[in-house]
Amino acid sequence: MRLSLKWLSDYIKIEVIPKRFSEDMTMSGSKVETIEQLGQDIHNVVVGKILSVEPHPDADKLVVCQVDVGQAAALQIVTGAKNVSAGDMVPVALDGASLPGGKEIHAGQLRGVASQGMMCSLGELGLTVHDFPYAIEDGIFLLEEPCKPGDDICKALGLDDFAIEFEITPNRQDCLSVLGLARETSATYQIPFAMPQTDVQGGGADVSSFLHVQVEEPALCPRYMAKTVTNVKIGPSPRWMRERLRASGVRPINNIVDITNFVMLEYGQPMHAFDYRLLEGQGITVRCAREGEEIVTLDGVRRSLKPSMLVIADEVKPVAVAGIMGGEYSGIVDDTTTVVFESACFDGPSVRTTSRALGLRTESSGRFEKGLDPQNCLPALLRACHLVEQLGAGTVGDGMIDVRNFDDTPREIPFDPAWINQFLETNISEETMRKILLSLEFKIEDGKIIVPSWRQDVEHKADIAEEIARMYGYDKIPSTLMNGAVTVGGLTPAQEFEEKIAAALVAQGMNEIVTYSFISPKYYDKIGLPPDAVRRNSVVIRNPLGEDTSVMRTTALPSMLEVLARNYKNRNKAASLFELATVYMPQQTETTPATEKRMVMLGSYGTTDFFGFKGILESVLSYLGIQDFEFQAVPALSYHPGRCAYIKKGNVLLGVMGEIHPKVLRNYGIDTPVLAAELDFAALLAGAETQVQFKPLPRFPAVTRDLALVCDESVPVAQLELRIRRGAGALLEELRLFDVYRGEQLPSGKKSVAYALVLRAEDRTLTDEETDAVMQEILKNMQEIGAALRI
Amino acid sequence: MKEQLDAIRTAAHAALENVRSKQELEELRVRFLGKKGELTGVLKQMGKLSAEERPVIGQLANEVRAELEAHFAECMNKMEEAALEARLQAETLDVTMPGTPRPLGHRHPLAIVTNEIRDIFIGMGFSIASGPEIEYDYYNFEALNMPKNHSARDTQDTFYIDDNVLLRTQTSSVQVRVMKQTKPPIRVVAPGRVYRSDEVDATHSPMFHQMEGLVVDHGITMSDLKGSLDVFAKALYGEETKTRFRPHHFPFTEPSAEMDVQCFACHGEGCRLCKGEGWIEILGAGMVHPKVLAECDIDPEEYSGFAFGLGLERIAMLRYNITDMRLLFENDMRFLNQF
Repeated sequence: MRLSLKWLSDYIKIEVIPKRFSEDMTMSGSKVETIEQLGQDIHNVVVGKILSVEPHPDADKLVVCQVDVGQAAALQIVTGAKNVSAGDMVPVALDGASLPGGKEIHAGQLRGVASQGMMCSLGELGLTVHDFPYAIEDGIFLLEEPCKPGDDICKALGLDDFAIEFEITPNRQDCLSVLGLARETSATYQIPFAMPQTDVQGGGADVSSFLHVQVEEPALCPRYMAKTVTNVKIGPSPRWMRERLRASGVRPINNIVDITNFVMLEYGQPMHAFDYRLLEGQGITVRCAREGEEIVTLDGVRRSLKPSMLVIADEVKPVAVAGIMGGEYSGIVDDTTTVVFESACFDGPSVRTTSRALGLRTESSGRFEKGLDPQNCLPALLRACHLVEQLGAGTVGDGMIDVRNFDDTPREIPFDPAWINQFLETNISEETMRKILLSLEFKIEDGKIIVPSWRQDVEHKADIAEEIARMYGYDKIPSTLMNGAVTVGGLTPAQEFEEKIAAALVAQGMNEIVTYSFISPKYYDKIGLPPDAVRRNSVVIRNPLGEDTSVMRTTALPSMLEVLARNYKNRNKAASLFELATVYMPQQTETTPATEKRMVMLGSYGTTDFFGFKGILESVLSYLGIQDFEFQAVPALSYHPGRCAYIKKGNVLLGVMGEIHPKVLRNYGIDTPVLAAELDFAALLAGAETQVQFKPLPRFPAVTRDLALVCDESVPVAQLELRIRRGAGALLEELRLFDVYRGEQLPSGKKSVAYALVLRAEDRTLTDEETDAVMQEILKNMQEIGAALRI
Repeated sequence: MKEQLDAIRTAAHAALENVRSKQELEELRVRFLGKKGELTGVLKQMGKLSAEERPVIGQLANEVRAELEAHFAECMNKMEEAALEARLQAETLDVTMPGTPRPLGHRHPLAIVTNEIRDIFIGMGFSIASGPEIEYDYYNFEALNMPKNHSARDTQDTFYIDDNVLLRTQTSSVQVRVMKQTKPPIRVVAPGRVYRSDEVDATHSPMFHQMEGLVVDHGITMSDLKGSLDVFAKALYGEETKTRFRPHHFPFTEPSAEMDVQCFACHGEGCRLCKGEGWIEILGAGMVHPKVLAECDIDPEEYSGFAFGLGLERIAMLRYNITDMRLLFENDMRFLNQF
């Protein structure tokens, strides 16, 4: 809501500067977004009176003027404009003046003749003919305002005003009006405000001789009021009205249209004016559109209507979409002579739905959507008619149409000062509370608060508490710490585990990333999922911003690859990243509409190879307290078939890891190996031993033995390790692979794998015999897979 | 013999004054103090002495030995010191050479800020709650006093899955789930992702993060709301932080407020960061609406509470002076490495 301070001052006297006013209003609940001083980009422009106009000695198209700008000597100004003559009052930009758009004016010479300033057109002052209908676009603005040479142009043109932009919350439609804000101002400063005049002389033919109104949809139209005006003389509205409209951001058009806009801004009640001549028949019906009906709205667009849409219709056709926009056909034109003023109230949700369906939002629909007060229709209608008379724009007819479909019983809420003080933890006197409520036009009778009709948002004693609190001052409410039961805060085990994972990955040099939860369905192609892959089955957003963000991801891999690809494209040499990512499956659960699953997504290029990456995973898993996990060679989608593993603990799949398939990398434009892992958070948590048990430090010495085994190339080392562990049993403290050899000294198809074993008993020093027996046992196990000691 | 001992003493001291290497020193030790050395040679002649002379000479010999041994030790010590000195000299490094990189990773700035705020509330006795991001309309809107067609829904352009399911537009949905699952006393915060159909620009993103807070108990008042959030602001921005509560409107709180902190860049003078206002909006809050409590089967006559919500991107951007929200989701290494 853009408020003209000058307009507000018509009803209430404001004694503070605009900035202070804005702060005070903000603190009482009407938040100010911006303060704009009108004409703030016009400097050093004054009124001038042209004393003489002489031809330019060297230029046919220029003239030389002497202009009185209220200074001792007249200024000489050269202009190319044709419309100036001696005696004209004009805006003069003096040397050093600035104009809207940042234009600066300096004294200079034009074809050898000194020019000490510039006479301005409407456009150069940021104005249009709508603001000053007597002026022309193409030429110097010849002022017809009461002014004298040397006057500041802003003052002369009524630009000496401030426009204050308020952020009005949706519950306060009543504040989308000058009077609503006057009421708030009045309550904020506890000073009275005056309502505008609404008395109407009338005298024209009674409205009933022109039309009768029928409302077919009472639920969608709580009130429909109308009055007629005859002998209408369309013309410009007076300057005071134009400048108030202009300051409020509305373009002046003609007296009748300006009155409807003026009243809408003043009262917050949208008004509509029909040209009576163009209504067919005398009957106006408020009804739903018929199948196939169309209307060309005032903006010139042909729109097809649906039966769910409420329209105002004459006896033949719709003439307006109720509460949204009138029809072009019945709009006010220059020779309009009889006008029907409509002041009605339409159902908010219905206007909202229609407005959305038509893709047409107007000042009027925006107001109706929020739910307007049917009781505001009457004063607004009377105010419009009063203005018609004041402006001499026509003869107001007697009588009025009033179809009422609303309950005007006011809402009552018990007045409970003690509860309010307890709720706010304040000590506000009942007297102060009364004053505040009365200034907001609540009434208090018999211990009950009667809520004004425009405050539909006030329903409960908590709402009353807010009214009191905001006018009393939120800053005066004390700050206390909560009493009540002691609660022990903290993280759940799962939340703690998540922090532990992040800490471990950060310690491994990995950076955390955050990516969007929605992706393009095309990303599934990009990561190489076959057309029938289960993971393509995603939760789909019905109204996405675009395809790129249209489905909820079932895997975090594409998000990771996008980020890696972006880093690669940005020429970052290496990236090692992780995301604690949520993925979304369409399966409904008992309590939620879909299944959301936490994943630990890792991705890396340029830092390490497969085994370096595997090492990170092993370290992190051990640190998390996950023991006895193993890597199994299983090809997975999106991964290099020979460089991919499932990470399992027993039968539970903890995740998948490996090098990304070269084909997938090509889709992402990455020309270097990428390693990735997707770990299932829930499985990790379930598999982790979080309760650490201390083991005493060893008291007996360890024995170290190296073991070199020869086996077929095809035997995975995991098979060797398994048998070493089985053979050594509890005595094995540490097992480390330190060499794999293939080459001349071995038969082809064979490899040699060398291990260092550390053996130790808890309760004794191991003897050579014991150690030898262990080694023999291991070798015996090796026979199962054709592996033997390398000799 | 006395003369002999004196001669050895003098000769040894003289020799030691000029000794240059450990090897020389060892040779001198052998010559004077060794088993076949000069001093031993003299002592071997003790047998020839008279009974009266023997103790006198014996004592003298011991004195000479002790004296020489001390001198030898001193020389030895000096030499070792010198050797160590030389070694340290030789081992001197250019300590201004760069260290071998052992890179640590970095948490995402959003995570850092989220954890910091979360921990402040944990310190105040709050637990962490969570709820689904793909949510029923009921929890996101209806139970929060925003029935279908409520105009307040307009301010939160919503991504819908179907007529009843949506991507939550606010973590406030967790309030409803918590109140339906647990009975007061309740003190929770719920950080998480929320979605609104805003086009991406420097200050908007269709996905962002909020943290919701909820307190419900006997006798919770508006001044508790102010006090608790003031403590939070001081914990986040420092003891000197000033807060200001402004009236506002949320459908699910009454009274509602927004909390500003005095601009930490200009301390209220007005600068670019606070757009000249001197205050920076940090969060929205209010007393839980009686209708919401009742909807969650909590008797508003018996219990009251307050709720608040803050935008984590905004806090992170203010904290690190990040001017473009897109950077948070682009995850460029050069960005991530700064936190």
